[in-house]
Amino acid sequence: MSDQLTTDPSKPAQRMRAGSMTLTLGPWIVAAIALLVMPYIFTSNSALTIMNQMWITVVFALAYNMLLGQGGMLSFGHAVYMGLGGFFCMHLMNYIEDFGLAFPLPLLPLFGGLFGMGFAMIIGSFSTSGAGTRFAMISLGVGELIAACSVIIVAFFGGEEGISGDRTYGLPFFGVEFLKQIEVYYLISFWLMLSAALMYLFSRTPVGRMANAVRDNPERAQFLGYSARWVRFYSFCASGFFCGIAGGLFAISYEILTEENLNAASSGVILLVTFLGGVGFFFGPIIGAIAFTLLQTVLSLQTDLWAIYVGGLFLATVMFFPGGLAGLMMMHVPAMRLGKASGLIVPYIKTLVPGAIGILGVCALIEMTFHFRHGAKGDNEMTLFWTTFDSHTILPWLIAGVVAAVGLGVARATAPAMKEAWDEANTAGGAS
Amino acid sequence: MKNITKLGAVSALSLIVGATAAFADNIKIAFIDPLSGPFASTGTNGLHQYQFAADHMVNEKGGVLGGQNFEIVPFDNKISPKESLIQLQVAIDQGIRYIAQGNSSGVANALTEAIDKHNKRNPDSRVLFLNYAAVDPALTNDKCNFWHFRFDANADIKMDALTDVMAADESMKKVYIIGQDYSFGKAVAAAAVANLAEKRPDVEIVGNELHPIGKVKDFTPYARKIVASGADAIITGNWGADMLGLGKSVIENGYDGPIFTYYAAGSGMTAAFGDSAKDRIRLISQGGINPIATEEARATYEAFEAKYPDGNIDQSRIFNVIGMLAQAIEGAGTADDVVAVAKQLEGMEYDSMWGGKIFMRPQDHQAIQDMHVGVHTNENIDFDYDNSGYGVFTESTVTMASMDSPTTCEMKRP
Amino acid sequence: MELILVNVIDGLVTGLLLFMLSAGLTLIFSMMGVLNFAHASFYMLGAYFAYQISLALGFWVGLLIAPLIVGVMGAGVERYGLRRVHQYGHVPELIFTFGLALLIEELVQFVWGKNQMPYDIPEILNFTAFSIAGNSIPAYKIFMIFISVGIFMGLLYVLTKTRVGMIIQAALSYPRTVEALGHNVPLIFMGVFGVGTALAGVAGVIAGPVLGTFPGMAFVLGSIVFVTIVIGGLGSLWGALVASLLIGWITTFAKSYNIAMSDILNGIGIATPENLSDNMFRDLWTVTSPQIADILPYILMVLILIFRPAGLFGKRES
Repeated sequence: MSDQLTTDPSKPAQRMRAGSMTLTLGPWIVAAIALLVMPYIFTSNSALTIMNQMWITVVFALAYNMLLGQGGMLSFGHAVYMGLGGFFCMHLMNYIEDFGLAFPLPLLPLFGGLFGMGFAMIIGSFSTSGAGTRFAMISLGVGELIAACSVIIVAFFGGEEGISGDRTYGLPFFGVEFLKQIEVYYLISFWLMLSAALMYLFSRTPVGRMANAVRDNPERAQFLGYSARWVRFYSFCASGFFCGIAGGLFAISYEILTEENLNAASSGVILLVTFLGGVGFFFGPIIGAIAFTLLQTVLSLQTDLWAIYVGGLFLATVMFFPGGLAGLMMMHVPAMRLGKASGLIVPYIKTLVPGAIGILGVCALIEMTFHFRHGAKGDNEMTLFWTTFDSHTILPWLIAGVVAAVGLGVARATAPAMKEAWDEANTAGGAS
Repeated sequence: MKNITKLGAVSALSLIVGATAAFADNIKIAFIDPLSGPFASTGTNGLHQYQFAADHMVNEKGGVLGGQNFEIVPFDNKISPKESLIQLQVAIDQGIRYIAQGNSSGVANALTEAIDKHNKRNPDSRVLFLNYAAVDPALTNDKCNFWHFRFDANADIKMDALTDVMAADESMKKVYIIGQDYSFGKAVAAAAVANLAEKRPDVEIVGNELHPIGKVKDFTPYARKIVASGADAIITGNWGADMLGLGKSVIENGYDGPIFTYYAAGSGMTAAFGDSAKDRIRLISQGGINPIATEEARATYEAFEAKYPDGNIDQSRIFNVIGMLAQAIEGAGTADDVVAVAKQLEGMEYDSMWGGKIFMRPQDHQAIQDMHVGVHTNENIDFDYDNSGYGVFTESTVTMASMDSPTTCEMKRP
Repeated sequence: MELILVNVIDGLVTGLLLFMLSAGLTLIFSMMGVLNFAHASFYMLGAYFAYQISLALGFWVGLLIAPLIVGVMGAGVERYGLRRVHQYGHVPELIFTFGLALLIEELVQFVWGKNQMPYDIPEILNFTAFSIAGNSIPAYKIFMIFISVGIFMGLLYVLTKTRVGMIIQAALSYPRTVEALGHNVPLIFMGVFGVGTALAGVAGVIAGPVLGTFPGMAFVLGSIVFVTIVIGGLGSLWGALVASLLIGWITTFAKSYNIAMSDILNGIGIATPENLSDNMFRDLWTVTSPQIADILPYILMVLILIFRPAGLFGKRES
């Protein structure tokens, strides 16, 4: 009853499945409207800058997921394609400024994409023969090589200061010279919608679908007559193209590109971001990119220990919900289809809210330990959750400890009830 | 699905919007440097020095402009230029007009350009850039701008002073130059070669090489080459783990001459070098601490040690930054019109508590001050680093180093 | 001539240190099919634990106990973390070790701070063993060589000559069959993981004084270890040894002799361009071998992966 071989486009929940053949416009229209409206809610320049960073990461993560989620190819050095595209765009920007070329800025990411794709073609020619460890190791080696070269080849990469430029010298595009942050925001939003739409369409083309097949069973895919190697190569080049676009957007937004854009840390981050969001769904990396940018930028304003929390979050994601945040959300689709999702709300509140409070209690303990150990002598006050207190007295520790214990204890106690409710919500037509 | 994620982003972004500072009466100075990651210790130590200087020199004495206090607002840039630009934007949105940064010339380059562009495009929210430690000479030459002020001597000035001292040593005949392969290391090498050629043409430069920055795990092969070349002196601009590795390796492998460095003290390095590097390592820097120059400085250092027993005042110029900024704000009568404050700062002559005067050259906004060559030792050390008993003792001083040095800066003034 | 001998010894020390790290990693790979990104983090933990123990009980006690602690931690990670994630596939396992590496680095900074620790060579080894043409060879380096060789011998002996070793070898290749024969294969896996990480811990204990004990030490060494086992062949102990020594010698010799690219290019007949500072390829002309010494292993790895994908000693990919 719930598992049909074909999808029924009239049922909304079925359209969400990655295997759906129909193209639904709903989410795209909502997204476009949201993108247009966001600057009116968050008007400060710093919010715009952070949103720009989010959208750039989204494009990069989606391009990365073309390989990881859809192609089953794990790449460790993918930041180089974004970096190379970005550096090329930077040089283009400088040429425009030096030679007064009449070149509209909005076209710039396209060239970044082409450069990224060119490099992907070169590297892909020998790296895509195998998909597993061999591919991963080559990508690691190439990534490290190019990152190391970036400090040596100063002419192209600018050494430690990188390459910087000014985006306002291009041909004014309908009168806009991109002096203001908001203009850049709309440019990036446009490229985001365009790239995401193109990548989604790519995943629906025969090449894109064959990439899924090659991921799952390369030998069988070859029985169908497709060369696994060429399919992987095309995916790789397409991914390189969109990474280059992300690099171009980065160049426009920050007007500077440095070695940091190419190094192993950036490659590692995009892997984590994509995984956090969920590799099994198209929109997974989008969620991952937004969540991670917020974590990194906003959390780091609140605490120095943000990296511990992020690392812990990744471990928890891998161990307990490897489908990522998207997987977590989509897990509820069967219940929604059965119309029983509302039965989950109360058990969730009963378990997850105390759990969250308990985790916050643990965080408070960690923060207090850190402050106690590494804070300056005599500087006993610390501010946490909008209260200021002395970290050297026993009371805050007791409160935090009790909160943590009670929160986690209650969560533990109500967990079986939540599991029952979950089973109930996922069973069709009454108790089994 | 995207609308749900947008909703989540909306609620989370409101955190940023809401996190604006409360006090309108404080003059805020943004401190954009690494507070997490591999360089966190330098950044955190610098932040402590800033906070202490603001409290001790300004706030406890009644503030400036009749009662306004300095407030240091830290931003963690994780040594990344991209993060720095984001945090710059956050700082500007919080109404902060003074940006302090120093760790990494790469970040400084990114910031100075971003600030120049921002000030051009947004004349009503201009900011000043107080560069307290990034020593790439380009920042006050090709890349200079009116908003950037450098309070540390740049790499060329330091080399000029260092070679003055080295040239006086007649027994030195062979010099080996080694550095990190990036703009700063190359600048140090080029300045060393040029200065030595001018001051001691008889000295032979037996080695001049660059090694990959932050990647060398074992400096033994380099140490072997240095020993084999018969060098009497080593010059290096290395810092961090590279400095520690290089220093320990050459000493261990049989080199017995002096090592002239820029950054071989503090942040755990003095303790790690310890006895093995006694009387071997020399540093060129501003603001000598042993012997301490004034009673005010002694009182300041002792109060700092009381508050931060594990901290070091290894960037005493931070106190100069705060002092000069306070003096400029008082002179301009305002803290909001940064052009007026900047005009007070350039050309300012300031008496530093660490001894000597600081002169901010108007043509390139480079501070000119006394430079000291100190030696790593445990004798006559009143103020040690890392609680190790070892510290830096000033051996020689060059007064107002490079006062008349040329500059390629063509500053556009507002 | 003597300089060559000195470089051989230096390269040997570097190579053997790399071997201790890569031996554990390649064993773990052949067991689980997953690259343990947190391996270098266990190396770092070994150094930090040894430092902490040496403050109270001295260097030698640290040498004995710290690897044991690290090994137990490694076994715990396998039992409670990896085993859970194993069911989800290779990519989640990899990301788990990745996240673990991040977390360990943060925890180390949390506990010990971000500065470099003054972890020193023990006094009785702090002298020069002998000198070759003015280059002194510290006794500590000789000690490192002996420990590494001793461990290799021990490992080889246990794996090939003892009953436990044979069971381990069998379990690495055919775990189900060995399980059917009645051996506790999960326990063996846990043990191999523990021993592998303990090896990394030993490497940390003895390398800490020489290479520096600071929170970035895992990151600095991390990728070169992977390069080593890929070149040697994933899963092969001999391959790890040969590759480590090869990399140790290549990097040492490249750094010792300042071979400039301009000399090579001139040698094959390309003349140096006139205006070097404006030339587009100026960086390529001015590069010298010490600058690229540390990226030579990556070039070697990419070449091997193109022409001999299984590595020097690896088995053919199935």
